Amino acid sequence: MCLAVPAKLIEQDGQQGIVDLHGNRLRVNTMMTPEAQTGDWILIHAGFAIERLDPEAARETWALIKDAEQAAEDQAGQSGSVARTNRNNGGIV
Amino acid sequence: MISTDQSAEKLLERLRVAAQAVKEDIAFMEVCGTHTTSAFRCGLPTVMPPNVRLISGPGCPVCVTSQGDIDRLIDLGSRQDVILCTYGDMLRVPGRRGNLETARTRGRRIEVVYSSMDALKRAIDEPDQQVVFAAVGFETTAPATAAAVCEAQRQNVRNFSVLASHKRIIPAMRALLTDEEIPSIHGFLCPGHVSVIIGSEIYRPIVDEFNVSCVIGGFEPTQLISSLLCLTELVLNRQTALVNQYREAVRPEGNPRALALLAEVFEPGDARWRGMGIIPESGLVLRDKYRHFDAVQRFELSEPDEHEPPGCICGKVISGAALPVQCKLFGRACTPVSPIGPCMVSSEGTCSAWFKYGRSGHLNLSCTHANEPQEVLP
Repeated sequence: MCLAVPAKLIEQDGQQGIVDLHGNRLRVNTMMTPEAQTGDWILIHAGFAIERLDPEAARETWALIKDAEQAAEDQAGQSGSVARTNRNNGGIV
Repeated sequence: MISTDQSAEKLLERLRVAAQAVKEDIAFMEVCGTHTTSAFRCGLPTVMPPNVRLISGPGCPVCVTSQGDIDRLIDLGSRQDVILCTYGDMLRVPGRRGNLETARTRGRRIEVVYSSMDALKRAIDEPDQQVVFAAVGFETTAPATAAAVCEAQRQNVRNFSVLASHKRIIPAMRALLTDEEIPSIHGFLCPGHVSVIIGSEIYRPIVDEFNVSCVIGGFEPTQLISSLLCLTELVLNRQTALVNQYREAVRPEGNPRALALLAEVFEPGDARWRGMGIIPESGLVLRDKYRHFDAVQRFELSEPDEHEPPGCICGKVISGAALPVQCKLFGRACTPVSPIGPCMVSSEGTCSAWFKYGRSGHLNLSCTHANEPQEVLP
């Protein structure tokens, strides 16, 4: 029930929007994401946009995973202890 | 863009090495039905390091709803003078007197809605009918209910009400950490979409008070393994931390608009959870100024009797105290076709995930939400 899916906002009229979801057009209520603009990716849950997805943060998340992947590759050539190698503190907040 | 399949394999290898270095049995709990389903869909439990256990906690809103609340919902939906609007998840949840689907086959007006606003629209379109919205779900879903109630107030829609069973995840996490029957938890994989609403900082008191890490993670296999790797490395390094690995969607403060809606319409109240009893302030009740939209008050509903379906251990399953296969009904009397307990009904339920995806012994990294695998018998 807490499933939310990302979709692209393609039309907006006040608090009503239309998103493109895998080629389907769905209407959504955007009252919780007033900052979202046409062209933005937003998370959709139960007919509401619940968050505008931050593309920069998404890139950072994938960079973290890429870091961990690199660490795994480094580790493959070694045996022994595991070190925390993430460049930006592993996302600790 | 990186290759998800390759990344997952490499992260998994790193997780195995980290787990081996930990040298003790550790358990992490996810408290999100979508995490449960995603993990099982890609076979993650089957390839976990032998000393790392991923426990499914009370993250499925249908599953945690008490049997009494479900009975009350079905009774309300069985009335001739009510149109009951519900999300599809609740349709087949069995109560003492059948389920909403059977009520519908008897001619009752049970309507599946995509949004709370559709329920409100039904009330506006049919002013002579009483329309009740079955408001179930965690903080992800509750703001949508709040939005409908606010709009009903604004338009003075007198034939609309909600039967609210919304739940708050933080009090449940606290209850789990103080319950001696629950296995020791070394870290939480926190629910991504609940966290979109409530933010990441709200978990910090749990980290500080209970000395347990909280990692907020995404739902793809790579993201799931990355979160588990993070939790394992924190154990290895004897650290506890609050980590947000879903930063594209989760802000420290959450979604302020959604939180404002919640605060406007609801206030925390005690709520009964299946198998966990009454947890203080773990529910959301309508504030006085919106109390006239409460279906319990409008229809003078009495406090429901609490009971469990005979033989069903869903209550233990959702709190991580038992595995689905430890239930004598699992896969025999209780299947997705003829479910007895809610964990088998809901697509996000732990029993359903166990039944559908089994334990095939390999990690299926090609899976996506749009690519449902065939059902596998247990």
